[in-house]
Amino acid sequence: MDNIAGKKSGLSIATNVAVIVMVLVWLIPTVGLLVSSFRDRDQISASGWWQAPFSVELTFRGRANTQATQDGDVFVMTGNIFEDPEVQEAFGAGTGTITGFSTSARAPAEYPAGTIADLGADESLVLNPDGTYEFRAPEAPGNRGQRLYFAANTPPQFTLANYRQVLTADNMDRAFINTLTVTVPATIIPILIAAFAAYALAWMDFPGRGWLIAAVVGLLVVPLQLALVPMLNFHNSVGIGQSFLGIWFAHTAFGMPLAVYLLRNYMVGLPRDIIESAKVDGATDFQVFTKIVLPLSLPAIAAFSIFQFLWTWNDLLVAKVFLPSNDEAKVMTVKIADDLLGSRGGDWGILATAAFVSIAVPLVVFFTMQRFLVRGLLAGSVK
Amino acid sequence: MNPFLGGIVTIIVGVGGCVGYFYFSNLLLDKVIFPAKGPNLGRNINRANQTRPWLFLFPAIFVLTLYLVYPVVGSFLRSLYNRSGDEFVGFGNYATLLGSSDFRTAFLNNLLWVIVVPAGATSFGLLAAQLTDKLRWGNIAKSLIFMPMAISFVGASLIWKFVYAVDADIGLINAIRAGLFGAEPVDVLQIPFWNNFFLMFILIWIQTGFAMVILSAALRGIPEETIEAAIIDGANPFQVFFKIKVPQIMGTIVVVWTTITILVLKVFDIVYAMTGGNFGTDILPSYMMSFMFRDDGRATAVAFVIMIVVLPVMISNIVQARKEMR
Repeated sequence: MDNIAGKKSGLSIATNVAVIVMVLVWLIPTVGLLVSSFRDRDQISASGWWQAPFSVELTFRGRANTQATQDGDVFVMTGNIFEDPEVQEAFGAGTGTITGFSTSARAPAEYPAGTIADLGADESLVLNPDGTYEFRAPEAPGNRGQRLYFAANTPPQFTLANYRQVLTADNMDRAFINTLTVTVPATIIPILIAAFAAYALAWMDFPGRGWLIAAVVGLLVVPLQLALVPMLNFHNSVGIGQSFLGIWFAHTAFGMPLAVYLLRNYMVGLPRDIIESAKVDGATDFQVFTKIVLPLSLPAIAAFSIFQFLWTWNDLLVAKVFLPSNDEAKVMTVKIADDLLGSRGGDWGILATAAFVSIAVPLVVFFTMQRFLVRGLLAGSVK
Repeated sequence: MNPFLGGIVTIIVGVGGCVGYFYFSNLLLDKVIFPAKGPNLGRNINRANQTRPWLFLFPAIFVLTLYLVYPVVGSFLRSLYNRSGDEFVGFGNYATLLGSSDFRTAFLNNLLWVIVVPAGATSFGLLAAQLTDKLRWGNIAKSLIFMPMAISFVGASLIWKFVYAVDADIGLINAIRAGLFGAEPVDVLQIPFWNNFFLMFILIWIQTGFAMVILSAALRGIPEETIEAAIIDGANPFQVFFKIKVPQIMGTIVVVWTTITILVLKVFDIVYAMTGGNFGTDILPSYMMSFMFRDDGRATAVAFVIMIVVLPVMISNIVQARKEMR
């Protein structure tokens, strides 16, 4: 359409480039999180996630062995540092390429690999890139071998260790179940209540209908913050307290304006003929609703369910206020925001993994149900 | 009880209860209270039909009143009392707020958020909607830009915490600075004033997809004749966009803008997770949470300030809705 005048190429390239840049900015942070969650903890702190496919230089320490052969009055210890149990444990399977070595923890890569290091006191050490070493000393070794420090290029390591730890040791499995427990009832229950109300507002005639619709529109924007203190006090006074029951009620109510608004907008658009002919044939309002309007409104119901699901799954505020703050009842967002970001601030691998566990389900829902979501947004244009 | 089991029971009780309520209350209305037989048949049917809407509406009205209407009043009343709620202090809490520099910071930051985030998200969204419409791979691009909508504010904060990290081996920003200019790493979240914009960008990142989807639909709804006429008259693509298309979707732009504005006033997650309100980044919702559980009087006062800020939008929405119904 815009190309009618035939001026296409230059602008088209610019458009492509602009969109590519935008998509990259929107995508890269999430990709970084995903890549980081699969990386080894030491590698995360040694190189950026964008270097994940390349080898990383890390420092290790091990001990020379204690079996010496005598060469004149010098004791010679030889071996391969990668066979040292301590190194094997830190390094994992396979071998790397050693770039530098020393016997001091302060400058672990002081001498380039393959050179002879004069350690003073007639001691000398060679550590080759492949891990073989030769340590010469004037005295017989004690029962502990000489400490060796070295830097080595380690091949990129991708591991599920972070996931294993997050899902087993960090109570995240519990938080996952809690989130699910909060989300599912809080998504299902409002639908039915809202559907009946929406039908009444769309297809039944009664005085005050216009004002009720206006009130729902108004309630759409009431800030949640207002409800926190009064409703928590109310929950405490009726004995619900901070509990799952309380948060189900709260989410049901907070999702209600959007649900009624969305469903009513959709139901009003249903063809009048069908409903009126059903009524002429003697159907009651209840029958019209359950047999005609409800089945026809499924797209709008699906759209609202996705909204409400994403909203309750991702919610932090309502969970912080209406759920108890002990570990048994924490949902994932609270867990991440309060526990992991606070005490584990430096453990990037765990943080990335926890975040990814918490956004995985919404992302799956999002990509499979995108069509309904878009339709719902266009019907409601709100929230 | 195990909360998971509790959840299943709640679904059954909740859904069953709703179905039961609607079914039996209707039955009761039609068969017992106003039976459609006997001498008053006509009058009874009319009365039943007058009552039925309220049966359908009752549960929704009940929860809405309890959880959203009552709190407006309840919060306001509570804000007139002191910390423990036993002494009436009038507007004392509000006076304390106005006198506190933290509150002023939060309020001004919030104004900044309310201006920058909707403006940013709407213009990025408009840009994305316009550009992707012409592309063959436009739908994939849209899908990817829309994706952050599914991510929680906490998750998004964490994602960007990686980007903003001081350590050049973790934070992309500092890595780029170090790689291109050899600059020392900085903590962008501690740069006074500008750190707010780094936080705002997270919300813009999330909301752009929303703006894009709605504006893209609006752009497609523009009658083609107007665009064709402009092109024949010699308008260049920029003129077509700014002088023909944008004015025609102005209504939708306003809707998107206000929707995001309202959202900005609710979101405390980003500030809470990224800085905890430190380094001068507090906004009203996160400032309120710092009083929650500690000083209900002040917490409700802050909440009511948010309500007052939202009020003009609310009134204009209601007026708009009334207009559309006529």
